[in-house]
Amino acid sequence: MALSGIQIYKLLPQTNCKDCGYPTCLAFAMKLAAKQAELSACPHVSEEAKAQLSEAAEPPIRLVTLQADGHEIKVGNETVLFRHEKKFFNKPGLFIRVCDTDPAETIRAQVAAADSYRVSYVGMALTLDGFAVEAESNDAGTFAAAVSAVRAASARPLILMSRDPAVMAAGLRAIDGESPLIYGADSANWQAMADLARQHNAPLAVLGNSLDELAELTEKIKETGVRDLVLDHGARSMGAALIRQTQIRRLALKQNFRPLGFPIIAFAGNDAPGGQAVMAAQAIAKYAGFVVLDSFAPETVYPLLVLRENIYTDPQKPIQVQPALYEINNPSPEAPVLVTTNFSITYFSVANEVESSGLPAWLLVTDAEGMSVLTAWAAGKFDAERIAKAVKGFNVADKVSRKRLVLPGHVAVLSGELEEELPDWEIRVGPREAVDLPAFMKQAL
Amino acid sequence: MPVDIPKDKWPGAVRTITLGATPAEGGTRARTVTVGGEKALPYMHFEAEMPYRPVIALEIKDRRPDDWSPLLLEEWGEAANDPAAWAKAAETAGADLLVLALSLTGADGQPTTPAAAVAAAKAVLAASGLPLIVFGPGQAEADNTLLLAVAEATKGERLALGICEDKNYRTIVAAALANDHLVTARTPMDVNLAKQLNILISDMGLPLDRILMDPTTGALGYGIEYGYSVMERLRLAALQGDAMTQFPMIVTPGFEAWKAKEAKVGQGVPAEWGDWRERAITWETLTAITLLESGADIVVLRHPESLRRVRAAIDDLMTAPVTA
Repeated sequence: MALSGIQIYKLLPQTNCKDCGYPTCLAFAMKLAAKQAELSACPHVSEEAKAQLSEAAEPPIRLVTLQADGHEIKVGNETVLFRHEKKFFNKPGLFIRVCDTDPAETIRAQVAAADSYRVSYVGMALTLDGFAVEAESNDAGTFAAAVSAVRAASARPLILMSRDPAVMAAGLRAIDGESPLIYGADSANWQAMADLARQHNAPLAVLGNSLDELAELTEKIKETGVRDLVLDHGARSMGAALIRQTQIRRLALKQNFRPLGFPIIAFAGNDAPGGQAVMAAQAIAKYAGFVVLDSFAPETVYPLLVLRENIYTDPQKPIQVQPALYEINNPSPEAPVLVTTNFSITYFSVANEVESSGLPAWLLVTDAEGMSVLTAWAAGKFDAERIAKAVKGFNVADKVSRKRLVLPGHVAVLSGELEEELPDWEIRVGPREAVDLPAFMKQAL
Repeated sequence: MPVDIPKDKWPGAVRTITLGATPAEGGTRARTVTVGGEKALPYMHFEAEMPYRPVIALEIKDRRPDDWSPLLLEEWGEAANDPAAWAKAAETAGADLLVLALSLTGADGQPTTPAAAVAAAKAVLAASGLPLIVFGPGQAEADNTLLLAVAEATKGERLALGICEDKNYRTIVAAALANDHLVTARTPMDVNLAKQLNILISDMGLPLDRILMDPTTGALGYGIEYGYSVMERLRLAALQGDAMTQFPMIVTPGFEAWKAKEAKVGQGVPAEWGDWRERAITWETLTAITLLESGADIVVLRHPESLRRVRAAIDDLMTAPVTA
């Protein structure tokens, strides 16, 4: 929990020496509380106070970063329980698990396919984040070979999975110089695992079967100097995992409970058909920092990547689509030009209706700063001038032989002005709702 | 290290609402379905018992739909040609209740008549013992005419009548009042609009245990985040004691998801989308699961395999072993 200005002031020298550049220690403390000044500006603060202040400045959920050759995934540092309260910030990493007992060829093929997977969603290229290599063999040599095979096929961040410190050490040696997520430390092996994490400057996943056990372990491990921890609460059913993950998030955010103030790793293994996707979806919406899938299949990964984008959008800033002239159902120069705004939901509603009607059209998406038709019109972001500008900017006249423009019914009022702006165009007023577009196009166009 | 788990204590609760009436209650249903009653956020069993599990409705139509994905039509086969057969098939597939969605036009292209709507509703009621929700075609005037006739012809069944919107709620609420039915109040993804419609409906004198609210959602990839957050906010408001938000929520992930290209279409789509059938079912299933965890009490689905997967998830969520 952040300290107040007064609490910080009590930890400062209280000499008002002005060496920090502020007139009084209290003024400096207030700036610190507002995160507008750095503690290092005070040359006289005691080591003890420094420690206390830096502890208090830590976020309630630690930010853990996994890096590898140009790829980086940051998780944690979340501030709210519900996305509408502010925003979820750091998207959970989606990892694919591979087993070291599979032949190297199989591993390479699996990893290469998932590594190169790239899918486009509203103009964004979505990819997976990395791989979790599991030492199912429990053999150091086999594990090291599998880790090398994965690394040969992908440069993305890795999670190494073994509870045996000797096996883990072999895996770490196979990618010497890297800092993968080490999974993991339990009540039996935590000292050796913490040593490995320290030597390799790697984050460490901690496993406990109850929150009590987990909290006790993280406290002990923190004392060894390892600070980048990730939590596995052990629950594998949906109901239990949902409850545990909610409890951990609440403890961290509402009570600033440091022993559980870390990102969560969730395993979406579930043998039921579709069970993996369902568990992963829950993990994405409900507080996981890393989600490990048992297998890679585009038809499962694509919906999950899209869900992750949806849940982690800023609720104050809607997803926008690129303003442009979109082609629907291979329009000919005779096809009508429909106008709408670049609010993604508006775009999708209109595009979907027209597309499923099978009727060809040009869809002119104007830059309305991501607002819906009525909102944009009320805010002055969707008017005759802007529409005319888009018509000219995207060279619509060059694409069509019949200059026919359909306005959304909600802004029928703009048609007069638009006729003035675009004198050689026929301006039509369409329906208010996207759902009525196909009927309108069939009958009126 | 003993961890003291914080528990939320809420002053409010969601109303408990029963759909359908058995012969003893003046209807013909073999069983009823009760939803609501939550005193905590979804599936937080360690805080409060969740007295009724969320339920799954399957959507059927009064005639073979023109605009459904071929995957769905293939799945339902011949049954989709006849509402009674479809109702039976949906019951066999494991639905807790049925949604009969009336079409705007008949197979001949002519507007659906009240008589045809009544015939379809009666055929469904005769073919299946499940409680029934009847949705109009979604155009205020047509909804009014068709639902009024259906409401009168099915008096006492405790159907839920939709789509009851700000444009047409008066007629549909009056029909529900006169014939012992419920309404589903639909508003477009907005907390205040939802509250306002609930107030207007209750001002007409419809008892509060006969209102379901449909806050509307988007499909995965098509605005689900708005629906998701609106549902979370409505549920939080209900638990905080805001009486006009304390109604069970019904949403239509089946309708939304199968409208999305990702589910609907198998050809001319990016190869990265993967296997069509599995992707389509995942699209519907994930839309439903995400909304269930944000507070949905009734999800309306279209594919029986989605139903099986969502059912398995609900079973798991309802039997969470973590109580402390």
